[in-house]
Amino acid sequence: MPSQARGAADSDRGGPEPLSPGRRAEVLRQSLSVGIATGAYGISFGALSVAAGLSVLQTQALSALMFTGGSQFAFVGVVAAGGAGSAAIATATLLGIRNGLYGLQVTTWLGARGLRRAAAAQLTIDESTAVGMVQPEPSGRRLGFWTTGLAVFVFWNAATLLGAIVGNALGDPKQWGLDAAAAAAFLGLLWPRLRSGEAAGVAAAAALVAVLVAPHAPAGIPVIVASLVAVVVGLAPRRTGVAT
Amino acid sequence: MSLWTAVLLASAAAFATKYAGHVVPGHWLEGPRISRVMALMPIALLAALDAVQTVAGPGGRPVVDSRLAALVVAAVALRVRAPYIVVVIAGAATAAGLRALGLP
Repeated sequence: MPSQARGAADSDRGGPEPLSPGRRAEVLRQSLSVGIATGAYGISFGALSVAAGLSVLQTQALSALMFTGGSQFAFVGVVAAGGAGSAAIATATLLGIRNGLYGLQVTTWLGARGLRRAAAAQLTIDESTAVGMVQPEPSGRRLGFWTTGLAVFVFWNAATLLGAIVGNALGDPKQWGLDAAAAAAFLGLLWPRLRSGEAAGVAAAAALVAVLVAPHAPAGIPVIVASLVAVVVGLAPRRTGVAT
Repeated sequence: MSLWTAVLLASAAAFATKYAGHVVPGHWLEGPRISRVMALMPIALLAALDAVQTVAGPGGRPVVDSRLAALVVAAVALRVRAPYIVVVIAGAATAAGLRALGLP
């Protein structure tokens, strides 16, 4: 079976080649700007979370312990809609599966063990994986992953606290359009993934299924039912024999 | 289940998922069909979350209100490559503005 052997072929195991000072500064600059840009919308997460009824401490616990933005937004979205805790957990967990897939790649760059590996796992998110992945050399990949992961962690948590405190002071969330901010936030996470017709079709079908199921099921369940669209389309035989 | 229990269980599940990626043998999740499901899963979930967040009203029944207008504005902002935080604020500002005018 023709697989993506090209992308997977890693020559990572070479000796430790230190980065040149110029490359080092470049990777650090990238990491820091991604950390600040991503961290900043922790403000919207913090505000939405307290508007959904979580305490400031619960909100902060999600940013520190769950630490994966999409799942955090999903968790508070289900809670805000009055969904059961189990539905919130299931939705957040399904959305976090991709981090496990990133881990498969990241672990080949780091070769970390024990506590270091646990720390690397906690920092395995979209941004740290993406910045690591674009570096041409193994040492650049390691530096990019660690510094981006740490930068996002610090800024995301600081911004969450700010958003939670500000959000608590705002009062009625609807008056400030915070429910619509959540819709815009999900769209912003979805948008970069809609690169193919298949992706757009899955998105449209899943949205339709969720809206159709919503009046007949407790909050949180429609989203989980809609996730079956991905399973059905993903497992369906391709219409033509052309490999991807 | 208390909200705290849900927060901690969901966080534990998130960490377990990340950690699993670092320790399971890579070939477990290979194969074109599994990887397609994994690639499509966040798309389906985010689209469904967005749809419910935008149109679900009392009892889950669909209603059209300021949220839909906010979503359209957010889409336009994304189309012109506005930064994420601008997209979120534009969505909130649209709904807040329309509600200040007395719309639902």
